[in-house]
Amino acid sequence: MIDLTLILAAGVASGTILLFAAIGEVFAERAGVLNLGVEGMMLIGAVAGFSVAATTGDPWVGLVIAMLAGGLLSLVHAVITIHFRADQVISGLALTFLGSGLARVLGDGLSNAGPIHTLPRLTIPVLSQVPVLGPILFREQSVLTYVGFVLVPLAWLWIERTRPGLHLRAVGERPAAADAQGIDVVALRYAYVLFGGLLAGLAGATITLAISPGWFGDQTVAGRGWIAIGLVIFAQWSPIRVAIGAYLFGAIFRFILDVQGVKTILGFENPFQAGRSATFFLEMLPYVFVVVVVIIGSREALRRRVGAPAALGIPYVRGERAA
Amino acid sequence: MIVRLEPRGEPPVWLSPLLTVIALIVALAIGAVVLGFVGGDPVRAYLHILDAAFGDIGVLSDTLVKATPLILTGLACALAFRMRLWNIGAEGQFLLGAWGASAVVLFPLVPDGAPAIVVIPAMMVGGALAGALWGVIPGVLRARLGVNEIITTLMLNYVALAWIQFWVFGPWSEGGFQQTATFPKEAWLPRLTDFGKQVPAFGGLTTHLGLVFALIAAAVLAVVVSRTRWGYEMRLIGDNARAARYAGVDIAKYVIVVFAISGALAGLAGMSEVSGVVHRLQDRISPGYGFTAIIIAYLARFGPWRVVFASVLFGALILAGREIQPSGVPAMIQGVILFCLIAAEALVRYRIVIGRRAATSVPT
Repeated sequence: MIDLTLILAAGVASGTILLFAAIGEVFAERAGVLNLGVEGMMLIGAVAGFSVAATTGDPWVGLVIAMLAGGLLSLVHAVITIHFRADQVISGLALTFLGSGLARVLGDGLSNAGPIHTLPRLTIPVLSQVPVLGPILFREQSVLTYVGFVLVPLAWLWIERTRPGLHLRAVGERPAAADAQGIDVVALRYAYVLFGGLLAGLAGATITLAISPGWFGDQTVAGRGWIAIGLVIFAQWSPIRVAIGAYLFGAIFRFILDVQGVKTILGFENPFQAGRSATFFLEMLPYVFVVVVVIIGSREALRRRVGAPAALGIPYVRGERAA
Repeated sequence: MIVRLEPRGEPPVWLSPLLTVIALIVALAIGAVVLGFVGGDPVRAYLHILDAAFGDIGVLSDTLVKATPLILTGLACALAFRMRLWNIGAEGQFLLGAWGASAVVLFPLVPDGAPAIVVIPAMMVGGALAGALWGVIPGVLRARLGVNEIITTLMLNYVALAWIQFWVFGPWSEGGFQQTATFPKEAWLPRLTDFGKQVPAFGGLTTHLGLVFALIAAAVLAVVVSRTRWGYEMRLIGDNARAARYAGVDIAKYVIVVFAISGALAGLAGMSEVSGVVHRLQDRISPGYGFTAIIIAYLARFGPWRVVFASVLFGALILAGREIQPSGVPAMIQGVILFCLIAAEALVRYRIVIGRRAATSVPT
């Protein structure tokens, strides 16, 4: 029988991957820059983290390099969209091509690298004893999972309750007004695109250094970067809702793995056992769910008349009036 | 020192093509540097690509075989992009098209032993319909509910892949392998080599009738987009949606129809691939045609004939790139090419000004 606590705990762990990537994208988009290159940045982070950890034997060094690699790649997008004022959609797609191609080049031969030292797992003394939630959230989780727990409220506080957060929102909603207030629109956009890249690199490293170590080419990330972008729409650009969505999807990913190991369901033979062709319908689930979730997000945006940051996708040119 | 971009008034007509060529050269140079960095020999790699793609009539024919699905998916993307619809789902629509065409043969939807003149058109319809269906889903969601089409088309790619895998691992699996049985000869698109007896020069050439479909599709689109009222309204939506709405254009209808046509073109590419090249459905049927198509559409600046030209270039890259190690190199070069194209386009619209402080933007 499936142990629900274990599934949910593993779901929280796997949701952390989406959480980092989606929070990073929230910051970039709140600053007005859509970055569709998350998948590519995650792949670069995943491969950089894994290969450095494999050669140095130290996953922490791998983690740092992974974040820098993701950040470096995001700067390409920043230069192209902020300075060259190119279309953010097409530049983001190019970033994904570049990132996944580069990751496959760098990852050549890495799949036989063997096991690496992963980041440590911790059990939090008192909190893990809390009934129900304790074992799910605080027992034997990777240190990165806890970083995720802390990141969510911090991200919310930063965006909604601080002066720099106010500037961030101003740059994404009314860049001309922000500029008139003396806020450096270009510098802030660079900074938050870079921050998004660092977090995407971290998300990639979370896969290869903590949750499911190893390098499997494109399949290492398997569309999670795109799911993260879908989550941001569903979450209406709010870090709190991103967290809910990320852990939900983490649980779905985990459930798909676990259900394949079960022989019978309520006395019937399980049609989704590993090796059966019906498991491919299980594999569709997360992607179908993203579509459903984005539909829900879009409907809500229409109804509540809230939505994307007003200047999302529009390059800022001083003295030019927005269309 | 300050580097700024100033809008140009009206760029000279020769500037855009010139910068496109320069962008391609710069991209190949960057690719060479990276290739050298990871221990390859860039000069040999590029000479190899040239030779392996255009060296003789045989490999040129193989290049055209690779270009065929790229033209059709490239047209699919170019049409949607022209209206500023981001159909990133040509890959999934291609796969569904391949599935739809295979379904005609394997279910079978046409009687066993039907002649090619019946089977081939039925497969074309099956492929185009399945692809169109896969395109209409994000189209309707975008038109009626305002759902972001980038996310939906991308997600449907993954769903399509799992759908194909279900059929080739499960109901249609041939002896437990990840592929279906080989189609009967009636379901094969004619190839040049099939006429080797009559025209000896055609012997061994694999170019198939799908190339003709692709060229016809390019010709039809070229006429429809630039010479008809429908094409005019479509371009108007792409250039200025607000003006189109004031002019009374039913934008939602155009979104759905363009997505349907786009999906049908990509689906036809899938049909042409199973019927003209592999002659069965299998797991890895596309090396990412639908994604390369995005770059092709962009390189071609959405012009149908330029899509054909760009597809031959990328067909060469895919064909010859298969032998280049590490395997990610062609994908990486594609990414670099796209970035250089984007930067080049910015230089068409803006001029770089270095060092002058006084910022007086030219009203446009």
